[in-house]
Amino acid sequence: MNYTPIEIWIIIALVALGTYLIRFSFIGLIGGRDLPPWVLRHLRYTPVAVLPGLVAPLVLWPEATGGDYDAPRLLAAAVTLLLGVMFKNMMIAIFGGAATLFLMLSLLG
Amino acid sequence: MTTTKRALMHGIRDALPFIFVVAPFAMLFGVIATETGLSTVQTFIFSIAVIAGAAQFAAVQLMADSAPVLIVVATALAVNLRMAMYSASIAPYLRGVAFWKRAAMSYILVDQSYALGLTKFETEPDMSPSERVAYFTGTMMINMPLWYGSTLVGALVGSRIPPEYALDFAVPITFLALVGPMLKTAAHVMAALTSIIMALLLGFIPYDLGLMLAAVAAMIVGAQVELMVKRRAP
Repeated sequence: MNYTPIEIWIIIALVALGTYLIRFSFIGLIGGRDLPPWVLRHLRYTPVAVLPGLVAPLVLWPEATGGDYDAPRLLAAAVTLLLGVMFKNMMIAIFGGAATLFLMLSLLG
Repeated sequence: MTTTKRALMHGIRDALPFIFVVAPFAMLFGVIATETGLSTVQTFIFSIAVIAGAAQFAAVQLMADSAPVLIVVATALAVNLRMAMYSASIAPYLRGVAFWKRAAMSYILVDQSYALGLTKFETEPDMSPSERVAYFTGTMMINMPLWYGSTLVGALVGSRIPPEYALDFAVPITFLALVGPMLKTAAHVMAALTSIIMALLLGFIPYDLGLMLAAVAAMIVGAQVELMVKRRAP
C-alpha cells in the first residue's frame, strides 16, 4: 500500500458519502418516481458482477507465492465456494475454506 | 408495552442470529485493514462511516495494490449499488415517516436489515409507519455497535498475527463465502462467470479498470439471462 494519510481519509470519506447517498436515494425521495424495471434488473446483479472478478486473480495468482499457481489456495477457494453454494451460509464457507487451507499448507509445508 | 416498543423488541430478536456473522466478519476486516497498512483509527472510522462489509473489503483489497484513489472508491461503490435497489423497494413502506427518521434509517440500510425489514413489512401490511421504523431500527440495535466494536478488536489484535497463518488468503476466502450463497439462479451464476472471465481477460488494463468493465458486462449478462429465463417459463 502506498498512500498518504490524506489519501486514505479521502477514500474513506468518498466511500462513506457515496454509500450513504446510494442508501438514501429512494428512501429520501419518497413520492418520487420508482426505478424502471430494467434498472432494478441490472442492480440485482451488482455484487455478483463485481466480487467474482475481484477474487479470480487473487485465487489463480496468489500474491503470497509471488503470483504462482498454488494448490492449497486453489483447493481452499473451491471448498469455500462449494460450501457457500451448498449451505447458503457465509460462516460455514469461511471456516471450511480456512480449515482446508491450513490442512493443505501443513500437509505440504 | 406499546406496539412500537414491541416492534423494536421483535426487530432486535429477529436480528440476533446475525451476530454470529457480523462479529467475525467485522473482526476479519479489522485484521485485514490494519495488515494492509491502515491505522487502527482509520480502520475503526471506516467501519463506522460505511457499514458495508463487502465494499470495505473490496476497497482494502485494491488499496493493497495501491490502485488509484478514484478506482478504489468506484469499485467499492459498485459493490454497494445493490443498495439502491434495497432503497427503492423499502421506500414505499416508509411513506409518512419524518424526513430525519428516513435519513437516519438510510444509514442502517444493510443486507441484513433490508432482508428482515422487507420480509416483515410484506407479511404484516397493517404495521403503522412508526412500528416499521421501530422494527427496522431494532434489527440494527445490536448489530451496528457490534460491527464497530468487532472491527476495533480485529484492528487491535491484527498486527500481532504472524505471517504463517496465511492471512493473505483471508480476503479471497471471505469474498468466495459471500458469493456462494448469492448464486441462487442461473442468471446469478452466468453473471458471476462473466465477471470472472472478463476480469481475467481484461487484467492487462491499467488501474484495475478491467474489473469495472467486467462488472458492467456481468450485470448486463445477468439481466439478459433473467429475461430469457422469464420468457421461457412465464
